[in-house]
Amino acid sequence: MPVALTHLDRLEAEAIHIFREVAATFSNPVMLYSIGKDSSVLMHLAMKAFYPAKPPFPFLHVDTTWKFREMIEFRDRMAERLGFDLLVHVNEEGVRDGINPFDHGSNTHTHVMKTVALRQALDKYGFDAAFGGARRDEEKARAKERIFSFRSAGHGWDPKNQRPEMWKIYNTRVAPGESIRVFPLSNWTEQDIWQYILQEDIPIVPLYFAKRRPVVERGGMTIMVDDERMRLQPGETVEERMVRFRTLGCYPLTGAIPSTATTLEEIVGEMLTARTSERQGRLIDRDEAGSMEKKKREGYF
Amino acid sequence: MLTANSAALREDNVVDIRDYVAGQENKGLLRFLTCGSVDDGKSTLIGRLLYDTKLIFEDQLATLERDSKKHGTAGDGIDFALLVDGLEAEREQGITIDVAYRFFATPKRKFIVADTPGHEQYTRNMATGASTADLAIVLVDARQGILPQTRRHSMIASLLGIRHIVLAVNKIDLVDFDRQVFERIAEEYRAFAEDLGFDTIQPIPISARHGDNIIVPSKNTAWYGGPSLIAHLETVDVDARVEDRPFRFPVQYVSRPDLDFRGFSGTVASGRVALGDRVTVAKSGRQSRVKQLVTHGGDLSEAVEGQAVTIVLEDEVELSRGNMLVGTEGRPHVADQFAANLVWFDEKPLLPGRAYILRTETDEVSATVSQLKHRRNINNFAQEAATSLELNEVGVCNFSLQAPIAFDAFSDNRATGAFILIDRLTNATVGAGMILRPLRRAANIHWQALDVTPQARAEIKHQKPAVLWFTGLSGSGKSTIANLLEKKLHASGRHTYILDGDNVRHGLNRDLGFTDEDRVENIRRVAETAKLMADAGLIVLVSFISPFRAERRMARELMNDGEFVEVFVDTPFDECAKRDPKGLYAKALKGEIQNFTGVDSPYEPPERADIHVSTVGRAPEDLVDQVEAWLKERGYC
Repeated sequence: MPVALTHLDRLEAEAIHIFREVAATFSNPVMLYSIGKDSSVLMHLAMKAFYPAKPPFPFLHVDTTWKFREMIEFRDRMAERLGFDLLVHVNEEGVRDGINPFDHGSNTHTHVMKTVALRQALDKYGFDAAFGGARRDEEKARAKERIFSFRSAGHGWDPKNQRPEMWKIYNTRVAPGESIRVFPLSNWTEQDIWQYILQEDIPIVPLYFAKRRPVVERGGMTIMVDDERMRLQPGETVEERMVRFRTLGCYPLTGAIPSTATTLEEIVGEMLTARTSERQGRLIDRDEAGSMEKKKREGYF
Repeated sequence: MLTANSAALREDNVVDIRDYVAGQENKGLLRFLTCGSVDDGKSTLIGRLLYDTKLIFEDQLATLERDSKKHGTAGDGIDFALLVDGLEAEREQGITIDVAYRFFATPKRKFIVADTPGHEQYTRNMATGASTADLAIVLVDARQGILPQTRRHSMIASLLGIRHIVLAVNKIDLVDFDRQVFERIAEEYRAFAEDLGFDTIQPIPISARHGDNIIVPSKNTAWYGGPSLIAHLETVDVDARVEDRPFRFPVQYVSRPDLDFRGFSGTVASGRVALGDRVTVAKSGRQSRVKQLVTHGGDLSEAVEGQAVTIVLEDEVELSRGNMLVGTEGRPHVADQFAANLVWFDEKPLLPGRAYILRTETDEVSATVSQLKHRRNINNFAQEAATSLELNEVGVCNFSLQAPIAFDAFSDNRATGAFILIDRLTNATVGAGMILRPLRRAANIHWQALDVTPQARAEIKHQKPAVLWFTGLSGSGKSTIANLLEKKLHASGRHTYILDGDNVRHGLNRDLGFTDEDRVENIRRVAETAKLMADAGLIVLVSFISPFRAERRMARELMNDGEFVEVFVDTPFDECAKRDPKGLYAKALKGEIQNFTGVDSPYEPPERADIHVSTVGRAPEDLVDQVEAWLKERGYC
């Protein structure tokens, strides 16, 4: 019987091809694991790419110490279940200085606890390639990025001078200290991600499903009160509401959406009729125009 | 996302999401690019497509309205270009610098569109977008007609294997929807594209800004009987039917989790393979049978073009990354010489004779352009003689590789007939190639096996052969030192020979000048000659300015291990100019000599020379002693 490949089959094959290219040509790759739905898909694809072997690289989580508690529980559960090598890096200087999203604002917090922390971890282990789950449909600056995206020795991205990327022939050569960020999900859309999770039954953090959760309204966003560090401002009250998350990050910076979707099918159904983009739930992308590009030039994923 | 489909989904309250998703998945995918000259409206068209297919979210629309007021070029209206020009520099300058990929869908098809820049200097980014596309929308401003960039982009699209063109005659509203204007442009395009081998060319009059003929036929162009842009994109047949072609499986990665399992991972580039099929290793011709087609989701009985699988063979055959598994019929070429179309991407021009890294999908080998056959003129596609290719130029070249690779002609197979060139020093991607045909030279000229070996020739002379490569500025003292050293070596019974730059240019290299291309060829010939002499057992002293690292490296790689000794005769420019033994610096500084190293042609000093000789304040005899001591220590004399 002739095999007809579906759109998802082709996206999957492309991602697997990219994983194998990196494993075959770099000496010390790592996969950035951010625990979100895209990371879950990426991890699933990494398992597929090297089956029956395990992925020949470790997974790195850059922990800002402000992630939802359920994310950390999920991370540890997955590491144990799939048996991958999990590295967790925290910017200890940032912790010592007490950097947090309330006193220092989302910009400084993200820069110190995410961007700087990531650079620290990459330097510490000397990784020459790092997989990330970014997609081109997420954001305008990402839409411009190569699948194999070159980084200077200082981890900076030079968007005006990217290497040409022809066919499926990837230039994987770097000098010592330089590295490549690799994005196997470049050509996936948010819709593809959810449909793939549905098709493959991929485990995801329960925060994606609607549930009654304690939230406050702040700056036009619905913020979940995940632990006692959440400071209430005058006039704010905590209420229990049926909400879920479209995208996950640091809990004080991530907006929930009202929803009753408690199954994957319902999430996909809801997503098909969404009127806003997923990044609207991310405070950090809204700080200033071109903020994603700026962060990426500084070494952010 | 609010596609036409999902709107229907909401209205009809369709509940079975899994069925709906399955339906979505069976839609075909079309990858296309938009190209053409600056300001022809490429980004605006894509913004319009996204907007009209309802793929712009409310928050994105709000941002767009805000940005349009700030940077927009559409007066009070929405500037759709701002949706895709995602880089700060692009928004500030109002131009597209790099390719952006956008995604949209209609009830009939999914689309990935590459919005590519129109400026000539960013042609390599246009090529990046074109390399993965099956169709190109070539935009033309109705007021401007066909421009040089229209031709260049059409030629590159053709070279990169694109067979379907939409000629979008944009801003038709600005010429009052004039039929004659449209038809004249369409006619002119058809005439010049005749030789470009496109299967379909569909001209459509559009206004990206106002939406004419984008989704539905426009009332303003009642005289136009063809499809709207979307209608054409939804139905055009670009299927290359790759599954009917011979089986090709470039090996990416050998999977060996334990001693019992040895699988070859890769993506089927064309054709199909089934369990039990007899397959051939392309480079060696060894055969085996497919024992297992492994995937994470379970073993397959058959794999087709586009599938990523791991193949286990019945026999233990020698096979690794860079090689290919192929069908027993319709084998690929295996050769170390071929002719190819080359697009040049780098500021520094292509230099025939210089060694680059050639990378196919999985293979990597050192390669030089042995001959630049001709350059293509982008205006009339005429073949022109050329000695190098500059940034964004296109030409046909003969390539010579250090080792054979397995390949097909690009016209037969886009995956196995393409390659990129990488600069060995900067690691930049400097060119993209499309293979035309193998050159039979390698097949007909075989190495003659010789009974007297280089080792035997050296032994009879009781010496270790070497190539002492003296590099440095003109007047640095290379020849003086080499000459004195040869005398000493000769006196102690060594068999030597000096290849001197000036002398060789009187004979072997009398046809070469001092341009960068000629300098590269000069060094290549000298290196080959030195190699023959080292094979004969001699100690060869090469005294050449040899200003470029790449060529000195090429010379090093040509010799056997340990044979090549780089001697950097280090004399500062001012000192050389002061000494000026041949009066050349005086002339060069007056501009009477062109391409003079150190004056208007660069010298790249060695980064790690084997011997570094600083001449200032030292007698030549001292310097010779330094070199000799080094050689003695390592058993050369």
